[in-house]
Amino acid sequence: MSNKKGNSKKYSRSNLSAQEYQSFAKTKEPPRSIFKNCLMAFFVGGAICCFGQGVTEFYMYIFKMSSQEASDPTVATLILIAVILTSLGIYDKFAQFAGAGSAVPVTGFANSVCSAALEHRSEGLVLGVGGNMFKLAGSVIVFGTVAAFFVGIAYMVLGIGGH
Amino acid sequence: MLTGQQTWKFQREPRIISTATIVGPDEAKGPLGNSFDKCYDALEIEEKTWEKAERRLLNEATQLALSKKNLTPNDLQVYVGGDLLNQIVTNNFVARELKIPYLGVFGACSTSMESLAIVAQLVSSGAVKKGMAGASSHNCTVEKQFRYPTEYGAQKPPTAQYTVTGAGAAVVSLEGEGPAIEAATIGRVIDLGITDPFNMGGAMAPAAVDTIIAHLNDMNRSPKDYDLIVTGDLASVGHPIAIDLLKKEQVPIQSTHFDDCGLMIYNTKEQLVQAGGSGAGCSAVVTYGHLVDELNKGHLRRILVVATGALLSPITYQQGDSIPCIAHAVALKGKGVE
Repeated sequence: MSNKKGNSKKYSRSNLSAQEYQSFAKTKEPPRSIFKNCLMAFFVGGAICCFGQGVTEFYMYIFKMSSQEASDPTVATLILIAVILTSLGIYDKFAQFAGAGSAVPVTGFANSVCSAALEHRSEGLVLGVGGNMFKLAGSVIVFGTVAAFFVGIAYMVLGIGGH
Repeated sequence: MLTGQQTWKFQREPRIISTATIVGPDEAKGPLGNSFDKCYDALEIEEKTWEKAERRLLNEATQLALSKKNLTPNDLQVYVGGDLLNQIVTNNFVARELKIPYLGVFGACSTSMESLAIVAQLVSSGAVKKGMAGASSHNCTVEKQFRYPTEYGAQKPPTAQYTVTGAGAAVVSLEGEGPAIEAATIGRVIDLGITDPFNMGGAMAPAAVDTIIAHLNDMNRSPKDYDLIVTGDLASVGHPIAIDLLKKEQVPIQSTHFDDCGLMIYNTKEQLVQAGGSGAGCSAVVTYGHLVDELNKGHLRRILVVATGALLSPITYQQGDSIPCIAHAVALKGKGVE
């Protein structure tokens, strides 16, 4: 029905190999701004840590705690703030521009546990929340423990630390 | 009737006699916001779970497509639909409400045109008198199933896409007014080894190109025979790749308007959607909303919708497999176009 002139020519189908295509597609990816990401991570992560230091000072000053005693309530405070921001739907938007700056401190860990717990609440408390809340944080715990084990062995062998 | 190797050219052309589109807040804020029948201003869609939210979108879209033409489910002899969730569960539950014969299909984000092609074939062949095609996606159900919990703070790379919250449905019949379905080209699975699930556009572009070339060859047409050729959800990374691949094969794609639903639905510069939209709902709501409107108004005469799908599961990419992709094309024409 639409046999117009010049239309009889058939187009050939691509015979690009997978390798050729992958290297071509790679050139089409917008660059990830590594410099900007590093800068953001440095400043946001640093700001969170400065804030944490402020919280520590607050506990030391108001409740006359030692710096060691103040560290536990400081971590608890940061976790609480991160959980509230996660529940309000703010933390993930903040993380999109903060990158590793919001992922690395304890707030990132709290966000990973809280977000998974919220997400799977609809599947019940046991199989949903209980079974899924460490879905993301679980590997941090596992590999953190494994790393601590090997660091402990190294300390023992070298005869340092271990008090 | 089979034309060439992959194309069904309909001797009796079925028409899209009614459509409905329902979307979430981000789509409402996009450039096509006015073309949707109903917009919800929160992702919860007034439901308790994300899964129920998606179900409600599609339930309402299917009911609205019927009620616009004073039809009831019993006027239809088949519903064909799909979505991105495991066991295409949204559509199974929607079909439970419709209580009519149901074929569930999965083509990832190509489901919109896969279901429309099947319904068109069933109607054209006389297997059914009237049928309905539907497709849906919800940003949070997809995030939850394929990526991370929705509130998890992971930075997305610029190649990532934002899943559309929306559902679209179309009623197809030989009798009635509306855009005619001229032909459908069924795609092949193409996999050129992209493994990054945050670069679906790049993975799917070769599948879109393969189907476009197959369609043009089978129909003995060139791009300029269409006012618009629109891909489903290649977005700002995949769409330029598709243009390059088409040019490489000497397809004069610049002689028509070549666009992408994933780029049309959002204002990608201002909305935080990275490369653009994706999801089975993306091409469904753009086609059944804006594009059908434009065909009905006569602003567009003939278009080719090439819905693209990435056929992966969270398990296959974690196991290191590459992403198999597919694209299905449906050619639509406005009233009075020969």
